[in-house]
Amino acid sequence: MKKVENILREHRYQRSRIIQILQDIHVQYNYLPAKVLKYVSKRLKVPLSKIYSLATFYTAFSLKPRGKHLITVCMGTACHVRGATAMLSEFERRLCIKHGETTRDLNYTLETVNCLGCCAIGPIIVYDGKYIGEFKLKDVTKVLQGKL
Amino acid sequence: MKPLLIISAGTCGLARGADEIIDAAKEYQRKNRLQKKFDIKITGCHGLCEAEPNVLVRFNGKFIFYQKLKPENVKDIIEETILKGTIIKDFLWFDPKTKEKYEKIDDIPFYQKQHRILLGHNVLIEPKYIKDYLKLGGYSALGKVLKKYRPLDVINMIKKSGLRGRGGAGFLTGKKWEICRKAKGVEKYVICNADEGDPGAYMDRSLLEGSPHGVLEGMIIGAYAIGANKGIIYVRNEYPLAVENLRRALEQAYRKGFLGMDILKSKFNFDIDIVRGAGAFVCGEETALLASIEGEVGRPRSRPPYPAEKGLWNRPTNINNVETWANVPQIVINGANWFSQIGTKGSKGTKIFSLVGKINNTGLVEVPMGITLREIIYDIGGGIPAGKKFKAVQTGGPSGGCIPHSLLDLPIDYEGLTQAGSMMGSGGMIVMDEDTCMVDIARYFLDFTQQESCGKCPSCRLGTKQMVQILSRITEGNGEYRDLELLEEISENIKASSLCGLGQTAANPVLTTIKYFRDEYLAHIKEKRCPALVCKSLISYVIDAELCSGCTVCAKNCPSDAITGEPKGIYTIDQKKCIKCGICLTVCPSKFKAVKKVSPPVK
Ligand SMILES: Cc1cc2nc3c(=O)[nH]c(=O)nc-3n(C[C@H](O)[C@H](O)[C@H](O)COP(=O)(O)O)c2cc1C
Ligand code: FES
Repeated sequence: MKKVENILREHRYQRSRIIQILQDIHVQYNYLPAKVLKYVSKRLKVPLSKIYSLATFYTAFSLKPRGKHLITVCMGTACHVRGATAMLSEFERRLCIKHGETTRDLNYTLETVNCLGCCAIGPIIVYDGKYIGEFKLKDVTKVLQGKL
Repeated sequence: MKPLLIISAGTCGLARGADEIIDAAKEYQRKNRLQKKFDIKITGCHGLCEAEPNVLVRFNGKFIFYQKLKPENVKDIIEETILKGTIIKDFLWFDPKTKEKYEKIDDIPFYQKQHRILLGHNVLIEPKYIKDYLKLGGYSALGKVLKKYRPLDVINMIKKSGLRGRGGAGFLTGKKWEICRKAKGVEKYVICNADEGDPGAYMDRSLLEGSPHGVLEGMIIGAYAIGANKGIIYVRNEYPLAVENLRRALEQAYRKGFLGMDILKSKFNFDIDIVRGAGAFVCGEETALLASIEGEVGRPRSRPPYPAEKGLWNRPTNINNVETWANVPQIVINGANWFSQIGTKGSKGTKIFSLVGKINNTGLVEVPMGITLREIIYDIGGGIPAGKKFKAVQTGGPSGGCIPHSLLDLPIDYEGLTQAGSMMGSGGMIVMDEDTCMVDIARYFLDFTQQESCGKCPSCRLGTKQMVQILSRITEGNGEYRDLELLEEISENIKASSLCGLGQTAANPVLTTIKYFRDEYLAHIKEKRCPALVCKSLISYVIDAELCSGCTVCAKNCPSDAITGEPKGIYTIDQKKCIKCGICLTVCPSKFKAVKKVSPPVK
């Protein structure tokens, strides 16, 4: 919990900064572990129920551990009219999960986002922080083989 | 002047390989000791995203535009153009409409009808440093205001200019400032709304990445006019580069004394903080945004009281959009009259649109208000790719509507778009062609709104859900005639009984598509047919026996073994096994084009 304590200190234990605190914790652990949330709740004297409601309201937060690799499919309008739905279904089919879920072996998490602001090169996906534009159905295999 | 290589490196440029261009240019310059021969400038987005990665070469006062570059092209550009002054034809912009190649950036049709008051800066500014902005007269507006004007003078000037909010509703900016100035309270706040949630809109991102100081200067001037000492920029989580550039810009502004205590020895104090959003669309709505900054769940509350009277921590708060703030220094420098001469009677100045979707020249365009859709789509945007037919343009994000061909000559301003059943919104403009299904688009937007509804108002929470169900039913071929009436009825109810703009406008995509594209709805309902061949339940994939040459590619790639046949013979798809993933269509070699979609589906 030392890392968490550091984050809390950085935000001067201000309750109003709870969302920023959760964001930093999320970066640290790649999700929001329950025991960390309980700790934060105690330290800041914020009810756990409130932290839980924040964690479920904001889509940036995940309460479950996420996969080693993160695949984000843009579902913004521009990407939608260029066929993003088909890409998403193909990822879902291949990974046997729905978007928002993580494979059981914790290898992949599949997420969607509403526009990355790169509509010109849509449809676009992000694989571990790398933007891959003009994405095609057949590229799905390449991504899952780590070849793109 | 020394030649200059300007590399466009916004998020979209970087996604397309601008970073490799930068590395190649720096490496070549260093290795060949050419530092004295030319300079390199790494800027934000140049607007013509279609042409990324692109560069501008400045020599002899001309700006040459080179597009779609690869790292290995950099050497040629430096040797030929920068050192010898020869233009390389292969890298020039080829316009699909005029079928001509253009050397100078100003001659390219995409830029010709634009009026780039704000975006023009992106080409000239290296956002890592403050010096370029200062060289362009940056912060002189602030100096002028602090030295010469009383706060009321500034408010009057902005009022006179006619500037209206660029974040959606189009409220008069000067009026909003006046209300906040007059509101009682010792501590006041100004906020920059950089949550930019409309899918398909990214002008705010481009401004923050490419010219962050312009936004900061606007905020400082606004704070002075309103009497606020604290500012917050609420920026979308998905924009890491914008946050990085803003952070750096803030540090620079503090160091130069444009922020902090006693700004430019005027006794005026002002601080700015950055708050990152956490991925909730509704937090772009001003009262939800305030709740989010206070560390609460981002649910809108009813207005009045308006934030200008009771905002952050119940104190008077003025919220403006990124683009609104960026306009402020320009108005101060050039005068209210200059600004109000641009545009139409009710809508002054320019507006940035993101022209995306099925359009040749995808990019950010800044145009005077009052320009027609036709000019934007055909003259600037170069029309629809691949010889397809224009069907509609969607403006205003999930709150907006789809505008059909018959309204292409509509002058674009706040009132015009509202009249057409749509909205200005933040300026997303998504072009759709004959391959876009309007029922599917309506479903897409309602699905979006339903997911992003904060859940506070039952009509919005449940109404959008019910509309999604009905629209899904229609796209699946189970729609009935009375569904259209039902949709219209629910729309009225949501509109009348929702607290915030999200619910009040949620039905617009449905109402406009029913109004302008009723026949498409009827085809889905009556004939169980999707004219655009999009809705999965209403199409089949088939192989044209005349075109199939038996190359086996489709059968090899089919994930559900639905395709059978003999090599060199003709292949067929077993419709019972087919999962309609569409892979066969994408892998069938383009010289055969044997796989087709048909609707209604094959029995
Ligand atoms: C659902 C919803 C989402 C909104 N999203 C944004 C947004 O992303 N950016 C923005 O500037 N304004 C957004 N607005 C408008 C704001 O509530 C507010 O009107 C605006 O920031 C005021 O600034 P302006 O007067 O400069 O336009 C949104 C409104 C609603 C109802
Ligand atoms: S819609 Fe996908 S990047 Fe904008």
